[in-house]
Amino acid sequence: MPLMFAESELPETGLTPYLILGALLFVCGVVCMATKRNAIGVLMGVELVLNGANVNFVAFAAFNPAFQLEGQIFSLFVIVLAAAEAAVALAIVLNFYNNHMTVDVDTAEELKG
Amino acid sequence: MTLPDLQALLFYAVAVLTGLCAIGVVVTQNIVRSAAWLLFTLGGVAGIFFFLGADFVGATQLIVYVGGTLVLVVFGVMLTAQGPFISLRTGAAEWAMSLVVGLLLFGVLAVTVAHKETWASGRAPAEKQKPMVIAEDPDSSPNSVLIGHGFLGQPIGPNKTAYLLPFEIVSVHLLVVLIGAAYLARAKRRRGAAANAADVR
Repeated sequence: MPLMFAESELPETGLTPYLILGALLFVCGVVCMATKRNAIGVLMGVELVLNGANVNFVAFAAFNPAFQLEGQIFSLFVIVLAAAEAAVALAIVLNFYNNHMTVDVDTAEELKG
Repeated sequence: MTLPDLQALLFYAVAVLTGLCAIGVVVTQNIVRSAAWLLFTLGGVAGIFFFLGADFVGATQLIVYVGGTLVLVVFGVMLTAQGPFISLRTGAAEWAMSLVVGLLLFGVLAVTVAHKETWASGRAPAEKQKPMVIAEDPDSSPNSVLIGHGFLGQPIGPNKTAYLLPFEIVSVHLLVVLIGAAYLARAKRRRGAAANAADVR
C-alpha cells in the first residue's frame, strides 16, 4: 500500500501553479535556444523545453481522473526520446568541433564536414 | 501548521527554486555554470513529479535525465570547453529582443492558463481540483506496477490502453540512436593520413 495522504489532506494548490511552472520552463528554454551561441547551450534549451512539456503532461494527468496514466507514460517516452536526442546532438557537436575547432553556432554556416 | 499547508508550502518552495534555476540557465554566460543550473532545474522538476504523485516518472527523471543525459551534456561541455568557448557573449540587441519575445510568450501562456476554465467550453468543469492519486483504494497497485504492466502489453487505466508497440518502437529507436551516435562521434583519421595510407597500399 503506497504512502499517501487521505482525501481531505491533499494540498489545495490546484492545477494553475504547475502550468505556470511549465510555461516558465518552456519560455526559459526558448530564450535559451535563441540567445546561446554555444551549441551545447542550445541543447540545454531543448532540454528545458522538454521538461516544461513534461511538467504539463504529468500535472494534467494528475488532475484529470480520466487520464491518470496516459500523461505519465507520455512523459516517460519524452524522457527517453530526450536522452536519445541529447546523445545524437552531442555526437554531432563533437564531430563539428573536431572538424571546425569551434562550437559557436554563429560560425556554423556550412555543415559539409 | 497542518499537513496540507506544509505540503503546499514545500511545493511552492520547490517550484520557485526550479523556476529560478531555469532562469539561471538562461542568464549565465558561462557554459559550465549553465550546466550546473540545469542540474538543479532537472532535480527540481523531479521533485515536482513527486508532488504530483508520479513517483515512477520522478525516479526515471532522476535516473535518466540527471544521471544520464546531464552527464552526457557535462562531458560535451568538458570536451569542447577550450578558452573562448566557455563564455561566448551574446550581443545586447539580441538579449533585448529575446527578452521581449520571451516575456510576451510567457504572458500569453500565463493568460491562457489563468482562463483554463474556458478551454473545454462544451464540457462540464472538473468537479474537483485536487491531485487524483491513482491508488486511492488499497486494492489497486502503485504507479510503477501499472506502468510496467502497460509497457508489457496489458490494458491499464480507465481507458484500457496498452503500450507494447510504442515501447518496442522506442527500444529499437534507442538502439539505432546508439549506433548512430557512436558512428558520428568516432575518432576519425585525418583525411590526408587516410589518403597516404591508401597510397602506400
